[in-house]
Amino acid sequence: MDEPAPIEAEVQDVRKIYRIGDETVNALAGVSLQFRRGEFWAILGSSGSGKSTLLNLLGCLDRPTSGRYLLAGRDVSGMEDDELSHIRLRHLGFIFQNFNLIPQSTVEENIQLPMYYLGIHDHESLPRAQELARLVGLGQRLKHTPIQLSGGQQQRVAIARALANNPNVLLADEPTGNLDSATGEEIMRMLGDLHRQGKTIIMVTHEPDIAAHASCRLYMKDGRVERIERGPMS
Amino acid sequence: MISRQTKREVALGLKSLLQHKLRSTLTLLGLVFGVASVVAMLAVGEGASEEALAQIRKLGSNNIILVTRKPTGIDSNDNVRMSIYGLTYEDQQRIAETIPGIRRGVPVKILPKQGQLDARKLDLRILGTTPDWFELVKRDLIAGRLLDVTDEARRNPVVVLTEHGARRLLATHEAIGQPIRIDGIVFEVVGIIGDETLAAEGAELADQEVDAYVPMSVARNRFGDVIEQRSSGATIREKIELHQLVLEAESIEVVPRVAAAVDYALKRFHPVKDYEVNVPLALLRQAEASKRTFNIVLGSIAGISLLVGGIGIMNIMLATVTERTREIGIRRAIGAQRRQIIRQFLIETVTLSSVGGLVGLVLGVAIPVVITQFAGMPTKITFFSLVLAFGISVALGIVFGIYPARRASRLDPIEALRHV
Repeated sequence: MDEPAPIEAEVQDVRKIYRIGDETVNALAGVSLQFRRGEFWAILGSSGSGKSTLLNLLGCLDRPTSGRYLLAGRDVSGMEDDELSHIRLRHLGFIFQNFNLIPQSTVEENIQLPMYYLGIHDHESLPRAQELARLVGLGQRLKHTPIQLSGGQQQRVAIARALANNPNVLLADEPTGNLDSATGEEIMRMLGDLHRQGKTIIMVTHEPDIAAHASCRLYMKDGRVERIERGPMS
Repeated sequence: MISRQTKREVALGLKSLLQHKLRSTLTLLGLVFGVASVVAMLAVGEGASEEALAQIRKLGSNNIILVTRKPTGIDSNDNVRMSIYGLTYEDQQRIAETIPGIRRGVPVKILPKQGQLDARKLDLRILGTTPDWFELVKRDLIAGRLLDVTDEARRNPVVVLTEHGARRLLATHEAIGQPIRIDGIVFEVVGIIGDETLAAEGAELADQEVDAYVPMSVARNRFGDVIEQRSSGATIREKIELHQLVLEAESIEVVPRVAAAVDYALKRFHPVKDYEVNVPLALLRQAEASKRTFNIVLGSIAGISLLVGGIGIMNIMLATVTERTREIGIRRAIGAQRRQIIRQFLIETVTLSSVGGLVGLVLGVAIPVVITQFAGMPTKITFFSLVLAFGISVALGIVFGIYPARRASRLDPIEALRHV
C-alpha cells in the first residue's frame, strides 16, 4: 500500500456543552478523529447523537467548548469570527439538505457569491460561475432563479457554489434529504465523482443507502464515536 | 469600482422596496416630507432674503427716509379749515445744520397736478425734488437729460418725464424740447427716464407711479404748499411743505445714531406725530429676523420629519433583517464576514433612503413653485440646497441603517440557517 494521505482535518478530544437553563447537554463528549485527504466520510447516528454538532464544528460555524480542531494543519479552535469566516470561504464548501440558495439571485449569481466574498472581480468570477454551472449540467439555466428550478437542480447549483473557491473539503448535511431517491442517487453520483477527483467529503446522513457511497462511515451515539467502518459497506 | 455585486445589492434594495409597495411608501413618507421641507425651506429663505436685500439695496442701506404722515385726529370733513402738517423746509435746514453724519438730504414734494401735452390733458403725479434725488435712485436715461443744479438754482421751468408718464401723455423722443402745461404754467420737457418700482414693507421712496419730475425750487415757487383736492362736493385743503426727506448717512455704521438724533430733533417741533422715520437698515434686520423665525419653523418640521423618516427606515430594515434571517445565515455559512453583511444592508438602506430622497427632491422643487404661484412669495431653489437635501437622505440611510445592519451581522449562522 501507498503511504497514507496527509491529514486534512483533525479533532482532538473536542467537547461541546450547551447550557439550557439549569441543565447541561453534552452534545459532544470528547471526540477525537482524523480525516485524511481524499476520504469520503458518512456520519451516521440518531437525532441527538451529536452528528450535526460535529458537522457544525468541522464547518467552522461553531467553536468547541474544549479540545482542538486542526484544519489544513492550522488550529482553528481559537480563531476569531473574521478568521473563521475566511476559513469557511477558502477551505470549505457547504451543501445543505434544503439547498439554501439565495432566493432573489440567479443561478450564476448564487455560484458567484463565494468568489465575490473573496474579492474576486466579476470578469473572473462570472466565467468561472458559468463554467461550474455547465459542469453540474445547468449551463442553460444561468439566469433562472431558484424557484424556477427543481430540487435536484437546486442542489446541483449548491454543489457548484460549494466548489466556487476550489476548497479541499466539502461538508454535506443530509444532501439528499429533500430529494426523491432517483434524484438523490444522481446527487450522490456527483459527490462520488468529486471524491474521485480528490475532494475530502464529510457528509451527515441517516440513510444507510446514501452512506453506502462513502468510503468511511462514522457511527455516533450520545456525543461519542460509537464505531468507524472503512471500505465498502457490508 | 462598482462591482456587479454592489449593483446586485442596490437591485436587492429596490426589489424589496417594490415587493412591499405600501409598506415602503408609508415608511418613506416621513423622509420624503423631510427632504421636501428642507428644499422648500431653503428656497423660501433664499428667495425672501434675496428680495428683501434687493428692496433694501434700492432704498439704500445708508438712507434714512422721513415721511410725512397725516396725523390721526385731523378732521378732514371740515371744509373751511385747512389741515397743516408734515415735514417742513425748516426741519430740513435744522437737520442739515445740527446733526452730524449726514452726507446730504433730498427733499421731495408730491404734487397732484393737471398736465397738458399737445391736446392731451390729464391728472399727473408730479414730484418736486433736487438733482441729488437721481443719485439716490439710479435709473436709465431714455432720452434727453436729467434735472441739474442749474435748473434748481435758476428755477428753470423744466420737466423730466418718467417712462410711465410719457406713456400716459403719449410722449415720444420728439417730446424733448416741447412745452407741457402743468396747472397752466408752461414747462419744457428735457428728458425721459426709465421706471423703477420701489416698494418695501413699511417704507417707500416716493417714486411709484410718478409721471414727472420738476426742480424743487420751481415746485415751491410756482405751486406753493397748499394742495386742494375736491372729492364728493367737499374741498380738502392741506398745507404740506415736504412729503419726504431722504437723508443719506455718511456710513452704514452711523445710520442708527443719526436716525435716533433726527427723531429726537423732530419731536421737539412736532408735538403731534405727523412724520415717520424709516430706516431700511432696520428693515433689513427685521427681514433677517423674520427669515430666521421662518427657518426655525420649517427647520423643525424638516427635522421632525427626517427623524420620523429615519426611524421608519430603521423599522423597515429591522423587519427586512428578520425576514431574511435565513439568507443572512446562508451568506455567513458560505464565508461572508460580518462587515460584508453590514455593507450589504447599508447599501440596501441607503438605496431605500435615496429613493425617498429623490421623491422628496421632486416634491421639494414643486412646493416653492406652488408657493410663488399662489402666495406670491419669492422663492429660489439653489443647486446647493438640492445637494444638501439629497446628502441628508443618504446620511439618514447610513445613520439609521447601521443598527439593523449590525444586528444582521451579529446573527449566529447556525441559528439563522435553522430559521424558516
